[in-house]
Formats: sequence, structure tokens, C-alpha cells
Amino acid sequence: MAYLDHAATTPMLPEAAEALTAHLGATGNASSLHASGRQARRTVEEARETLAEALGARPSEVVFTSGGTEADNLAVKGLYWSRRDADPARTRVLASPVEHHAVLDAVHWLGEHEGATIEYLPVDIHGRVHPDALREAIARNPDDVALATVMWANNEIGTILPIRELADAAAEFGVPLHSDAVQAFGQTPVDFAASGLAAMTVSGHKIGGPYGIGALILGREHTPVPVLHGGGQERHVRSGTLDVPAIASFAVAGRLAAEQREWFAREIGALRDALVAAVREAVPDAILGGDPDPEGRLPANAHFTFPGCEGDSLLLLLDAQGIECSTGSACTAGVAQPSHVLLATGTDPDLARGTLRFSLGHTSTEADVEALAKAIGPAVERARAAGLT
Amino acid sequence: MTHTPQRSRPLRVLAAMSGGVDSAVAAARAAEAGHDVTGVHLALSANPQSFRTGARGCCTIEDSRDARRAADVIGIPFYVWDLADRFREDVVEDFVAEYEAGRTPNPCLRCNEKIKFAALLDKALALGFDAVCTGHYAKVIVHEDGTRELHRASDMAKDQSYVLGVLDDRQLAHAMFPLGDTVTTKDEIRAEAERRGLAVAKKPDSHDICFIADGDTQGFLANRLGRSEGDIVDESGNRLGTHEGAYGFTIGQRKGLRIGTPAPDGKPRYVLDISPVTNTVTVGPADALDVSALTAIKPRWCGVAPTGPGTYTAQLRAHGGETEVTAELVDGRLEVSFAEPVRGVAPGQAIVLYDGTRVVGSATIASTRRATAGVA
Repeated sequence: MAYLDHAATTPMLPEAAEALTAHLGATGNASSLHASGRQARRTVEEARETLAEALGARPSEVVFTSGGTEADNLAVKGLYWSRRDADPARTRVLASPVEHHAVLDAVHWLGEHEGATIEYLPVDIHGRVHPDALREAIARNPDDVALATVMWANNEIGTILPIRELADAAAEFGVPLHSDAVQAFGQTPVDFAASGLAAMTVSGHKIGGPYGIGALILGREHTPVPVLHGGGQERHVRSGTLDVPAIASFAVAGRLAAEQREWFAREIGALRDALVAAVREAVPDAILGGDPDPEGRLPANAHFTFPGCEGDSLLLLLDAQGIECSTGSACTAGVAQPSHVLLATGTDPDLARGTLRFSLGHTSTEADVEALAKAIGPAVERARAAGLT
Repeated sequence: MTHTPQRSRPLRVLAAMSGGVDSAVAAARAAEAGHDVTGVHLALSANPQSFRTGARGCCTIEDSRDARRAADVIGIPFYVWDLADRFREDVVEDFVAEYEAGRTPNPCLRCNEKIKFAALLDKALALGFDAVCTGHYAKVIVHEDGTRELHRASDMAKDQSYVLGVLDDRQLAHAMFPLGDTVTTKDEIRAEAERRGLAVAKKPDSHDICFIADGDTQGFLANRLGRSEGDIVDESGNRLGTHEGAYGFTIGQRKGLRIGTPAPDGKPRYVLDISPVTNTVTVGPADALDVSALTAIKPRWCGVAPTGPGTYTAQLRAHGGETEVTAELVDGRLEVSFAEPVRGVAPGQAIVLYDGTRVVGSATIASTRRATAGVA
């Protein structure tokens, strides 16, 4: 089995699994005042500190959520509501068109139900938003912008975006910038304080932690209107009893992601380069998606378009040989749609149907790459014969 | 004759899974027989509905999920293939055009011919599969010399060979119907599904046209073709009433005519003829529906085309009985005469010819000749 879909989810790190199971047996609501509660709270606060350190943030800036999707929704909707409440003129939302659906659909919802005007920022062929494009978009009317949201690194094509420069551009006008850093964390330097962001999303299971836990790193001066109302946990921004074992485990994974980032970039990056070379050798007309410069893309990501093939066919053929990857595009009832990311970068819609994303991770080996190198050529040949339906 | 419903060599099989109980059990049986099975759900609607509304169709996200759930339990890979464009072109548009022309199409048959055993089969073969497996009740029998025949299912009550009668030899060569040998009731298939841990065991059967979710065919057609008022006349051409679109009627239909005055003899009246050109619907007594012969076009044969006239049994609709006929191929058209007059034969429907349990071929009914005076 060659698992090449770490961007979907990556195996849990043994240390994270150990932390999770160690806390599953303990009783204690972190909001309770008695000894059990105090013990739970201590675990949570230590985890908060660990994660804050791994992300260059203050502990008070870590708001635990149920995952990346919730953190994105909280940032986008919550900041929109709070900024509009402060000044009703602020109804414009600026977003990159290559965002994950957790951001894209939240933004779209604001447009449909909350009177927001959505403006998608232009991107280059690698899916990158230029800081001047953001500057120009805000400058058209700085007073009506509620927020801007641009991901740190793209989940499909792996392009890393210039977040620091984008945050600077937003800061010139006092506009809060949120960034979905779910894919970036652990692969490229992510430092919240240095970034100048207002808010940033991270997720547990993408870095070797458990599912169902994530965090919104939220600058202290920002108070988004909650999406979940209740007991007032997490700065009254995100109510709900804290998931102590998941939080403890997430923190361990987060610490290791930061500690091992350089190793990861070097070793997994080299493996990725080998994978790209192998695919190109087997299928000379395969088109590498995203930034061809290794510095400009996530070290674990390789994205290809195979002209004349349907991504679904390739997926089936590779899966039958124990090679697991993804088309990288979203599904409606499991029906593949051309990726919005590729369409935004100007890819022809027919070409956009023939894509595969290979994403490596901490358990990837040379054998995985070799298995793919052997299988991809015949698979592409066969998928081409099946054609586009 | 060698009876080999389950070929012994392991095959790479693509199982079409609708989300219903039959196709799930069929896929499970194929896997259990040692074949390398992959499940596929066909997305046939461009805008699938999230949840079932009323009668069960095959076009909801819920059905797709049920099929995936079954595939997971069986332990086979599962994919959803988007054939919505092909389905719309080849099945839905054809359905509308046929009604518009005053005929009564069978979209399930059309789907088997153009989608399941054409678009789907071609893609499957190109991707290296050997066969497409479905939950139809029918049998493929392969002889020692390699020739093959399509037969009625062992259980006549469940038999679905009629909707497969359009398949030609090449299509049959790559078809697998694991339920064909089952002499059972649906309850037993459900019991088998339950035994296999398939959650679809309790799911209601599908009867309706899958792309008309609410079961309202007239509403669907009215929406597509618009309302167009025309006359309802008797056999002599006397105007008895009006209708809102001739396409809304089927030969043999009795209900919904809304004619105020009763027939002189007090007997019920039936739709005898639909003329889309004049937008006229002709009604008359039941015995005027009796048909003694018909001409059918676009014949397809399971194997070699017969030469000369032959005696067969024929089936004229999906759940219809058998009737004795003599049939002959004349200039590429099938001329059929009935031993006894049959009632309510609608142009557009398929006639499937049988020799005993063996499907000989099928054709689309183009015109009929009345047993009594007059031509419909």
C-alpha cells in the first residue's frame, strides 16, 4: 500500500496517540472548580502554551475549535459580523478564489444571507494573490471592507502565498486578514506574531494529531461574534466543553510539527522531488500544477494534470494497485467537479478534470514513490483510452 | 448445453449500484463468487436532490450514500461516475421527444441500452474491467461453443429480461446478472441483504421513473412541453371534450379523460389513438383497442437475426404477460401478428420476442393494426 494522500489526513504520530489515550481515562471538565476540573484545566492550558509556542502566538490567542472548518467559519463569519456591527458600512469581503471550501462556502453564505458583497481577488497561474492586488482592492473603498481572507498554502496545488506581505497590505488600511494555514503548518514556517495576521486557522489531523480538533489563532484585539453560543469558554468566542484528550494530543503533534519542520522540508521535499521526476519520466506530457519552484510550494505536495484523462479513472486504476491519492477536487454526492482552484488559475475546464494530487507525509518512503513510478504510466495510458465521458 | 451462470474464472467486475437492495446483493454475490468487484454509482441527474421525496428514485445523494455504504460492507472499492450528460441526452430527452410524438417510451429499457450497457460498459472495458454487473433478474447462458443467450430469470415473477431485450451479443458478453438464478421472493433477497449486513435490506423498492422524483409524469411532461389545448374526439370525429396536451395520454388509458357526457352505450371509453400533428386524442370502446398485428422498427437481436417467419411468445410491456405471435423480418422491419387479439398496445413501447425462456430480440412498436375495422 502506498499512501500518497497525507494532505487529506496523515497518520497520527505515536507521541500524539499516546497523549490522547493517556487522557481519555481522566475525568474532569476544564471549567469545573474542583480538583478533577483543575487537573483538566491544567492539561488544556499547558497544551495551549505548547501550541502557541509552536505557532509564534500568545497562549491567549489560541481558541480551540472542533477543527479547521469550524475555525474558518468562526473567523470569516464572526469577524464579518463584529466588523459590520461596529460600522454598518463594512459589508465587503475579499477572498482568494483558491480557498478551501470551508472558507469559500462560508464567504458565499455571507453573500447569500448576510448582505455581504463578495469580491474574489485575482490570482496568478500558480494561484498566488499578489499583495498589490489586495492593496488595490481595499483602496477602492477602505471603509466598506469587513475582512479579507487568503490561505497560507493551497491544499490542492501546494502553492505558498505571501502572507506577511498580504497582511502588511491589509494593515495599511486597518483591515483584518484571516488565513487558513491548515496545510502550511509543519511544512513551511508559520509564525503568527511575525505574520501580522488577525486570525489564522490550524487543524489537528493534518499534522499527526487527532481528528475533530483545531484552533483559531486569534489576535487579542479581535472579538468575532460567536458562531456557537453557550457556556462562554475560549474567551466567549467559542463555547463548548473542551475536549481535553484531543487538545493535549493536538499540542504534542503541534510541537513536533514545529520541531521537525526543517527535517520535513528537507527529507520529504527530496522525496517529493523524486516523485515529480518519476511521474514526468513515465508521462512526459504530465503538467505539474502550482509553482514549479520548490521554494514556492509545500514540500510534500505534487499536483499533476494528465491531458486526456479523467482524474476519477486514474484514481480507480491506481487504487486497484494499492496506490492511494486524490483528484484534489471537491465532490457533490461523490461526483467529481473540475477543481475551482484550477479554474481560478486559468486552466482549461477539460484539462482540469484530469488531475491527481499526491501528498507525502511523515510515514512516506522511497518505496511509495517507486510504486507510483511503476503504476502511473500504464494507468494514464488506460485512462486515456477510456477518455472523457 | 452448459449452464454457467457464474463463470468460473475470476473476472474484474464493475457492479452498478443504485443504492437499492437488488444491486447491492448482486454485487455481494459477485464478490463472494471470487470476482474482483468494484462498485460504481451512476450520477444521472445534474442536480441530485439531497433526500428522497415520495417514491424512491435513483437520483438522490441519499441513494449514492446507501450504495457507498453497501460497498463498504461488501468490502469493495466504490466510485461515483457522472453520466448525467449522457443520461439527459439519451434517456430524458428521448423520453420527452417520444411522448411529444404521441408514443409511449420505456426509459428503463433505453437506459440499459444506452447507459448501463453502452456508456458505462465502454468505459469499464477501457479501464480494464471484464464485465458490468447489475441487480437485474435475468440469466445469461453460455454454451460450450462460446455462444450465449439471454433467458428469463428462474423466477418468472421477478423476471426483468424484458428491459434487457435490447442488448446485443457484444453487450451480453460483458453482462453479469447474479440474481438471475434466484427463485425467491423479494423478502428473501432482503433477508440475504440483512444476513450480509447491508443496511439497504429495509429500503423500499423502486418502481417509478427515476428522473421524475415525485412520480408525476404528466406534470413533468407539461413542464417540459407546455400546455397545448386540443380536442378529444370519438371514432367518427365527433368532438367530446378537450385536453391540455395530447402527449399526456397513453393508448389504452381510461382514467383522466374528463369527458362530461357518457358514451351512448354507457360503456367506458379508452384512448385509442394520439395524433400529435393535429393535437387530437381519439377515444372509443374497449374492443376497439384490440390489436391483431403490429409493425416494429429498430430490431435488435440477441445473437443471429432469424430468417423467415417464426412463432414466438411476445411481451409488450414491462410487467405484461406473454402472448403467441408470428413474426418476420421484412425490409429491416419486424412484422408481427397475434394469435389472439391483444389490448392496449402503444407505439413507442418495445416488443420482446421469446423462444421459451430465451430472449430472441426486441424492436420498437411503430404502428398497430386493429382487430376490428379501422386502423389506429
